[in-house]
Amino acid sequence: MKKLLLALSVSAAALASTAANAADYVIDTQGAHASINFKVKHLGYSWLTGRFNDFSGKFSWDAEKPEASAIEVTIKTESVDTNHAERNKHLRSKDFLTVDQYPTSTFKSTGYKVTGKGTGELTGEFTLHGVTKTITFPVTQIGEGKDPWGGYRAGFSGTTSINLGDYGMDGYLGNLPVELELNVEGLRQ
Amino acid sequence: MLKNSTSGYGLVAIALHWLMALAIFGMFGLGLYMVTLNFYHPWYHDALETHKSIGILVGLALVARVIWRISNPTPAGLSAKPLENTAAHLAHMLLYALIAALLVSGYLISTADGRSIDVFGWFQVPSLLQVENLEDSAGEVHEFLAWTLIVLVVAHAAAAVKHHVISKDNTLRRMLRPGL
Repeated sequence: MKKLLLALSVSAAALASTAANAADYVIDTQGAHASINFKVKHLGYSWLTGRFNDFSGKFSWDAEKPEASAIEVTIKTESVDTNHAERNKHLRSKDFLTVDQYPTSTFKSTGYKVTGKGTGELTGEFTLHGVTKTITFPVTQIGEGKDPWGGYRAGFSGTTSINLGDYGMDGYLGNLPVELELNVEGLRQ
Repeated sequence: MLKNSTSGYGLVAIALHWLMALAIFGMFGLGLYMVTLNFYHPWYHDALETHKSIGILVGLALVARVIWRISNPTPAGLSAKPLENTAAHLAHMLLYALIAALLVSGYLISTADGRSIDVFGWFQVPSLLQVENLEDSAGEVHEFLAWTLIVLVVAHAAAAVKHHVISKDNTLRRMLRPGL
């Protein structure tokens, strides 16, 4: 009995040490526990919000080694949704996203700097409208732990601001700042 | 002389014809113009709202016109060549079909998200079909049909002028004067 207990605790420790290694997470877009939202000021008077409904991605995260974190997200640009068909159509057109020519937008991280407990600065290559730029923005861990269905999850949130003009969309709204918000929950693989 | 005879058009058919001709030319121009307007242009919203409202009214006019056409005699073609009369008849059918399809595609763009179309604030036409990204496919169809219609309208007008100037018959005249 003692032996069995010992064996169990050893394997439990082994499991725990596996968990301490950087783990791979798939962003739970399947269950829609992730969102890519944006907001932009309408005439400077109010916030207009929208989102990209279709995206996918994965990240690596280890609470013990947060600096080794990495994330990759691919957004289908035609899934832009501002709850208004005519405006969505316009946003997909050559005036803005030009989705026929640039069907995807991607973010690939290149570094993560820890700034505090559960906070950091994520740097990576953001490609939008065929233009790639290196951006850095703050991210916060919302939480992590077991879910009630046998899985393990970790979630983060990050926001940044871009100008459409910096990504080749330099029309009449080119110098308007667009706030981007990324909310991800990953399911550990 | 409101009704058609077998040889000429009545006032109602003539009025509907020219009203729709005017609306179609106007809508084509307005459509091409409104998509060039930038966000800060004073007409950015009104041009589109006017286009949508007139579109619905043209739809009502088309329904009235088809009902009127069915319930009235259709004046026979004036060409001596049966083939030309058949071609003219087919062109007219195609014009009706194109106008109808153009209206439906335009309606589908604006109602793709469940919003209704407000006609000059008088009444609203509700959305019936919501499919994801329908506004894009309907938009492409709408643009293609608009150009197709205008090409056919030009051919239709050229044929009328040919009848008037070369064949020297009443084809054009009877579309201007009731009961001819």
